[in-house]
Amino acid sequence: MNNALKQYIDLHDENRDAITAHSSPQLNALRQEARKTLEGAVLPRKGSDDYEATDLNAVLAPDYGVNISHVDLSRESTTKFRCEVPNLSTCLYYVFNDTFKPSATAGKSGDNASVESFQNTKHPEALAKYYGTAASLSNPCTALNTMLVQDGVLIYVPKGSHTTRPIQLINVFDANARLMAVRRLLIVLEDDAQAKVLVCDHTKGDQQYLSLETVEVIVGRNAQLDYYHMEESDVNTTRLSQLWVRQQEGSNVLIDGITLTNGYTRNDYHIDVDGEHCDTQLLGMAIASGEQHVDNHTLINHNAPRCQSNEMFKYVLNDNSIGAFAGKILVKPNCPKIDAYQGNRNIVASPAARMYTKPQLEIYTDDVKCSHGATVGQLDQDALFYMQTRGISLPVAQKLLMQAFMSDVIDGVRLDTLRDRLRHLVEMRLSGDSLICESCELKK
Amino acid sequence: MSEDNKNNKKKQDEESIIKQAASEEYRYGFVSDFETDVIPKGLNEDVVRRISSLKNEPEWLLEFRLKAFRHWQTLKLPKWGKVNMPDIDFQAISYYAAPQTKTNDKKEIDPELKKTFDKLGIPLEEQKRLSGMAVDAVVDSVSVHTSYRERLAELGVIFCSISEAVKDYPDLVRKYMGTVVPYTDNFFAALNSAVFSDGSFVYIPKGVRCPMELSSYFRINAAQTGQFERTLIVADDDSYVSYLEGCTAPMRDENQLHAAIVEIIVEERAEVKYSTVQNWYPGDKDGKGGIYNLVTKRGICRGDHSKLSWTQVETGSAITWKYPSTILKGNNTVGEFYSVALTRNYQMADTGTKMIHLGKNSRSTIVSKGISAGHSENSYRGMVKVAPNATNCRNYTQCDSLLLSDTSGAHTFPVIEVGNDSSIVEHEATTSKINEDQIFYCNQRGISTEDAVGLIVNGYARDVMKKLPMEFAVEAQRLLSVSLEGSVG
Repeated sequence: MNNALKQYIDLHDENRDAITAHSSPQLNALRQEARKTLEGAVLPRKGSDDYEATDLNAVLAPDYGVNISHVDLSRESTTKFRCEVPNLSTCLYYVFNDTFKPSATAGKSGDNASVESFQNTKHPEALAKYYGTAASLSNPCTALNTMLVQDGVLIYVPKGSHTTRPIQLINVFDANARLMAVRRLLIVLEDDAQAKVLVCDHTKGDQQYLSLETVEVIVGRNAQLDYYHMEESDVNTTRLSQLWVRQQEGSNVLIDGITLTNGYTRNDYHIDVDGEHCDTQLLGMAIASGEQHVDNHTLINHNAPRCQSNEMFKYVLNDNSIGAFAGKILVKPNCPKIDAYQGNRNIVASPAARMYTKPQLEIYTDDVKCSHGATVGQLDQDALFYMQTRGISLPVAQKLLMQAFMSDVIDGVRLDTLRDRLRHLVEMRLSGDSLICESCELKK
Repeated sequence: MSEDNKNNKKKQDEESIIKQAASEEYRYGFVSDFETDVIPKGLNEDVVRRISSLKNEPEWLLEFRLKAFRHWQTLKLPKWGKVNMPDIDFQAISYYAAPQTKTNDKKEIDPELKKTFDKLGIPLEEQKRLSGMAVDAVVDSVSVHTSYRERLAELGVIFCSISEAVKDYPDLVRKYMGTVVPYTDNFFAALNSAVFSDGSFVYIPKGVRCPMELSSYFRINAAQTGQFERTLIVADDDSYVSYLEGCTAPMRDENQLHAAIVEIIVEERAEVKYSTVQNWYPGDKDGKGGIYNLVTKRGICRGDHSKLSWTQVETGSAITWKYPSTILKGNNTVGEFYSVALTRNYQMADTGTKMIHLGKNSRSTIVSKGISAGHSENSYRGMVKVAPNATNCRNYTQCDSLLLSDTSGAHTFPVIEVGNDSSIVEHEATTSKINEDQIFYCNQRGISTEDAVGLIVNGYARDVMKKLPMEFAVEAQRLLSVSLEGSVG
């Protein structure tokens, strides 16, 4: 067994009672199974299948502190943290390290949707019914999360209910020591429900942080979910996230994963399309510079016929950054009329940047239309030249082209105000400006 | 007849056509009646020594074999391919089988042998050949005949079996063997290095353009044996050669193993074109029997401005596991890979290529067309890697899959790694079934559905077919349409 993994298993074994005592029974029910999965497990080596560029052993090797006794790590003045989208009013919630905290605008979505911590939820039956049903313990990070998690956030939208305001969840790291936050999010949309969820990641201070994050999403029949994730953390932050989605018949899901600033990130997206007539949009982008590391790994399982999915990931890599993408579309037997596309386009803008890409198709039904495309290249020299002849300086021309390059991911955003904000953020990011809101505490 | 009935009938027609296709006989499934010397089954150091001594090999080669064998013993059968690889009992195979020819004179051809190759459509006599294609015929573990040797020798071209090359040109063989595929490369490479029997050796001297196509024909005849072919092609500066390879085997219920190594070395400004039409026995319609084709083929463009082009048409074998690869070491080198892989019944093919760009301005093209019918599995697995110092590289990859039945599978597993900011790598893949509109259009013009499918598939595979040398292209096209016959679903 790897030492990196073993230290967390030992941590669990030594503090079993404390961990169990602070958790709800639903979480404890799965904990031992996760512990058993990890027994004798070996973390995949870098370069092995599915981990071409990411070294889990190195990532988990530092001795991170874990909030075993589940003390409240939230900050008092929650209002000081801003992550504003102009002209968009959201129901705002925070997760400080691993502690959930509603803001003043929380719970005012004007409908029956609820956003609560697992421990204080008014819907324990939903937690019991859905917790652990989308995630698979075969993923070592999910198993580790399941073994150590003590609390999480449940977003529950009952049958037929539509949220009028988007739900915004801000994850903030703010600690005085090296810390690992075990975060868990469960989103349940019952039949015909609709919700928009925006999650942002931020980091305060220069401690070394690890976010071990498992998100489960259950989308009922004819339900519609937009899930946007924006990562604006910093170089000290490592993020290991797994998103597990189960889609029922007729549901419509948009997942948008955006990495603007980060340290070391590995995102797993695992989408099971279980019902017919589903629509799945999976979009992602990464702008990386310095030593940033962004690895996105996606799997769309088409388990039912007559569905469509569209996937597009775009990367711009500067300096010594490393980008990795591996995507798979799997069409099970007897699933005709699947229309699936997967695209991965990358710009390597520096000699030292590296890109690894692995687009895959696995098809077991003949009457389907599946394709993928992957490119790694540079900005069009002719276009750059043209702009320069028109008096646009080279850096500006480059920025314009990169912005245009990102536009089809930005255009996929279904919230007008967020789309404008994202366009602005991308522009600032490409210009090297700070992305933090003016009034935010992080600005200082 | 009502519309429903018509549709039903059409469906039944299609289904019966599929059945016909599945029962399409393998044309090359006969067994020739040679007397064959077979060494007992099993694999150990003594067997390796025995093979070496049977072939009167020098000491260094025996050492090479033993080193490889000892390394092989430390390895496990790899399971990563997208094929259902059964556990192969390596002790149940005989590693050397030599058909006994009745004449000792190398120039005369044994009548039984001649009959066999006539039946396969490969005449061994030089005067009968159309455009002059030199053939090295390998049956089981031994090269039985190589034609046109003298004429080639006049130009300095060496074309003979590897066993002869070991005796006649030991320095050349020793210099190049194992440099592209070392015995430590993988499980089957280690096995092959320990027990390899025969194959071709080609050396094209500086500045020579080989005047005819060189070809090897591999035939497995004896039962319960494995064939461990080893081919080494060296093209010295400014030379050119086109090399073809064909293969067949008898129909048997057991699975037989073919584990080959092909090494190609291309020096400055030289060009090698390597074409394969692989038609090993694919097993019967229930997936019983057939050859396991587990080969390691790799070439290196060592000199600047050199070029290596792989073309393959894969229609046979129960299991194919084959990735003809190119290391583009020199600057301005070119690598090409064109492949058509057709699987039906219960065949499984996991094939593709690796293009390793180490030299500046190197270019590579990959075109892979997969066709899967019946219950088969057809995968493309490839890698394009651009090293940090290999600036201004260019790769274009296209892999398309055509599904002819709803029980078959088509998969693509490409890997791309780019290490600098001046290279461009593109990959495109599509998976779909035959366009019904096109079939309808052909039907309208009086072309039966079956012929229409043949037309469409041949058109689909055309990009690759046109890269084959003419003689082979005709054969490959025919093979494709025979194999396809009725695979309309």
